[in-house]
Amino acid sequence: MRWIPLTRFALRSIRRNPGRSALTILGMVIGVGSVVVMVAIGQGAQARIQAQVDALGTHLVVVTPGASTRGGVSGGAGSLNRLTLEDAERLEREGLRLSAVSPVIFTRTRAVGGGGNWRTMIHGVNSRYLEIRDWQVASGRPFDRDDERARRKVALLGHTVAEALFPEQDPVGQQVTLRGVPMKVLGVLQRKGQTADGTDQDDVVLVPHTTVQARLSGWSFIAQILASAWSKEDVPEAMAEVRTLMRHSHRLASWEEDDFTVRDQGALGEAARGTTEVMTTLLAAIASISLLVGGIGIMNIMLVSVTERTREIGIRRAVGARGSDVLAQFLVESCVLSALGGVAGLVLGVVATVLVGRLTGWATAISPSVLLLSFGFSAAVGIFFGWYPARRAAALDPIEALRHS
Amino acid sequence: MEGAPLIELRGITRDYVLGGDRVPALRGVDLVVRRGEMVAIMGASGSGKSTLMNVLGCLDRPTSGTYLLDGVPVEGRSDDALADLRNQRLGFIFQGFNLLARTSAVENVELPLLYDRRGRFPDPRARARAALERVGLAGRLQHHPDALSGGQQQRVAIARALVTEPSVLLADEPTGNLDSRTSLEIMALFQGLNDQGITLLIVTHEDEVAACCRRKVVMLDGRIVSDQPVEERIGAEEQRERLGPAAGGAR
Repeated sequence: MRWIPLTRFALRSIRRNPGRSALTILGMVIGVGSVVVMVAIGQGAQARIQAQVDALGTHLVVVTPGASTRGGVSGGAGSLNRLTLEDAERLEREGLRLSAVSPVIFTRTRAVGGGGNWRTMIHGVNSRYLEIRDWQVASGRPFDRDDERARRKVALLGHTVAEALFPEQDPVGQQVTLRGVPMKVLGVLQRKGQTADGTDQDDVVLVPHTTVQARLSGWSFIAQILASAWSKEDVPEAMAEVRTLMRHSHRLASWEEDDFTVRDQGALGEAARGTTEVMTTLLAAIASISLLVGGIGIMNIMLVSVTERTREIGIRRAVGARGSDVLAQFLVESCVLSALGGVAGLVLGVVATVLVGRLTGWATAISPSVLLLSFGFSAAVGIFFGWYPARRAAALDPIEALRHS
Repeated sequence: MEGAPLIELRGITRDYVLGGDRVPALRGVDLVVRRGEMVAIMGASGSGKSTLMNVLGCLDRPTSGTYLLDGVPVEGRSDDALADLRNQRLGFIFQGFNLLARTSAVENVELPLLYDRRGRFPDPRARARAALERVGLAGRLQHHPDALSGGQQQRVAIARALVTEPSVLLADEPTGNLDSRTSLEIMALFQGLNDQGITLLIVTHEDEVAACCRRKVVMLDGRIVSDQPVEERIGAEEQRERLGPAAGGAR
């Protein structure tokens, strides 16, 4: 049997009964459509959470002083304050997998300026810090290497601090006083919001770490070193590299434990991503059930169709159709039907997704792979659920089929 | 009109099993049909003529006995092989026409060609058209069955049976659903085909139909009880002309 006439028989039969064909594929349309919408909503949520996590700096590698253990008593993290500027410089110089490195010195103090005062946290950082944190200045300019080298008395205000000290005016070019040292405001940072645990990331003043050491604290140890890997995928290798370099820098012998801790912020993102992944899977699973129901719908109508067309099958057998010809004809028919249903479902799904996005403001993301997958799945459903009715059609006794009225 | 044996049945039996009982429908049928014959098979209902027709048409298998079609043994063949025999060597004509609904005449006639596995017919549409012209329906190619009269529908069915150039045409009560004038038209068509050398087997219970054939086989209780040449063969065409001008092809 040639495939061309066979496909023509199937298409003709579908065309001749447009009403029945439409009813047959309705379940499929809804099934595929709902899979597309559900997955699009799920992936939209995932993408949004991913963006939030990325804003925290997902390529981030954080080095903090390690816990000291003396005679079995652990002092906790930070009990051995053994991070130095040299460590940071070594990472900067030799860290092939690091795009940027900044030391961070913390000191808590009162900022006075613009007629107000505000107790806040001073971060002593270098000029790469903003890049590492993926942070921009909203107005003014960031400080550069020159400011850093010359230990200039310059500062960048976090959004909260700027609001507190200069509610009515532009802080850029104004002065704030930290521990009696007047600093020139170079710029105001973009708003970053709160972290997951409620810490206000905008309640901060950034000052060159050299300035902090020379003029504010005189403290030579640094609280942490912040580095960023080239990409998210590089983070594990970057962490290993940081560890090697740090051990080297601290001249640790092979039997000695690390006197520092290297962490990434992955756990935070992982948790959020994990949740939405479960959500997406769940939504897709629920939608898949409707796809299954759609498949059963096709099977039912095909069974009815086989019964209705018993005589036609008898005629075909009498003029020389083999059982396999009849099987193939009905299989092609159910496959074409579910493929049609799949295409209509895709269109419906995409339209519905756009509508949902417009009406609710939810983020949605339609990925081609999902479209392809649900289309492929619908064709597979056609073969799977078309098999049983086609088998029945092929197994009909020609004499009985011809006698059928 | 003696030619080579086309159909040879030897000791054909066919039993049905109904509710545990064996019901014999054929009890040992011997029949030889030669090329170019036109045979009527008669008998009351239940005499086994339909079962015989199904066996001849390779739609049913005999319980025992041998069947040579065109010198080829039929028994012991697979379902697919029987389907191919039906496609290549047999043409069926039914009482109820059995055309595909909502399908044009030419597409109906084309159907057996599309199931041909030997690639004998490169242009099925042209062959189907030619077959319809042969049965006098050149102007009805695109008509659907429900737009055709009974006689015309039967002509389409005959064209469908002819289109693959089968060895034999098997007609099961071909005039059963037609009025007498149309019946004569169909019989005239059959006689014309037979004159062209086509072999025909016609199951019927109408004496008028049998009288148009060249040989008459009578069955009773699963056996052939009489097998004689038709003494005074009626020319269907002359008979029809005697009825006067047609009032239109009634159903």
